[in-house]
Amino acid sequence: MQDTADREEMLTVEIWRGREDGALQTYRVPRRESQTVLDVVTWVQRNEEPALAYRFACRVGMCGSCAMQVNGKPRWTCRTHVSRVAENGLLRIEPLANLPRIKDLATDMAPFFEKWQGARGRHEPTRTRHEPMAPVSSESPARKAANAGIECINCAVCYAACDVVGWDENYLGPAALNRAWTLANDERDADKAGLLQAVSQGGGCHSCHSHGSCVEHCPVGLNPTAGIAGLKRMTLAALMKGEL
Amino acid sequence: MLEARLYLLQRASAMLLVPLVLAHLVMILYAIEGGLSAAEILGRTRGNFLWAAFYGLFVTAVALHAPIGLRNILREWTGWRGRSLDLATLGFGALLLGLGLRAVLAVTV
Repeated sequence: MQDTADREEMLTVEIWRGREDGALQTYRVPRRESQTVLDVVTWVQRNEEPALAYRFACRVGMCGSCAMQVNGKPRWTCRTHVSRVAENGLLRIEPLANLPRIKDLATDMAPFFEKWQGARGRHEPTRTRHEPMAPVSSESPARKAANAGIECINCAVCYAACDVVGWDENYLGPAALNRAWTLANDERDADKAGLLQAVSQGGGCHSCHSHGSCVEHCPVGLNPTAGIAGLKRMTLAALMKGEL
Repeated sequence: MLEARLYLLQRASAMLLVPLVLAHLVMILYAIEGGLSAAEILGRTRGNFLWAAFYGLFVTAVALHAPIGLRNILREWTGWRGRSLDLATLGFGALLLGLGLRAVLAVTV
């Protein structure tokens, strides 16, 4: 009688081990129904490679911590089904591109979050907690523009997908500029001039080539390219009025 | 803000260059197809303020547009940054402007 394992369908999985000077290592992983790429990585860590370093938390596409390069493209691994990305039963899983590697599949996210600060991607309030909340109409064009970009989960998939980030280490990147765009359209934000100055520095919104890789890869369907184009228009209008 | 100004200048000069380049190409075809000699061309351009203005504007737009694009390309593809790059591309712009205006003067004055 044939052994069950012999009949089982297997995946060939190449996983990056080490830092920048590491190498791909190959594992054989049993194929399962509705299997995600994160399931595959977890199987390897639990059964083959206890020292394998990788990140995840929620497993349901909310926390944005499990993004990796899968067969060359950045993806949120917890919501990426193997059936959609495996090529002839092969998966190549590497750490996110455009970020320093720490170990195996874990990258140093510090540059990504520092650029959020560089784009002034934080709310500057107009009121204190002792004042009543500002009434904001959900129908105003500005609020609609902000809402369109607000569901970012900070996964850095767009940052890894962006060609300009790869070329220019100073470029703030799609996520940080998308955040700046939502704040630029938030009528409760007190420092629009500071924000427009932050996104007009070298490596700011004007460096974007509108390739649209961020739109193509964003797992939650945001359009950072449109937000960056909006920032370009807003900064040019401010420049013409002498406010920049 | 330098980057926003350069972005604006490059877009504005590009918009200006679209009709100018098209007119320039039509002019080349006309001169070649019509078999105009160099003397005939100079006869039409010398002392003509409109030709001087057309190509003066053309050269100025090119001298603005090209160095800004070159600066971006060099930053992205070679990693050259900072003041030395700004000065080098500014010099390239001045060179284009100087050579271009010299040519405009040669055929219009």
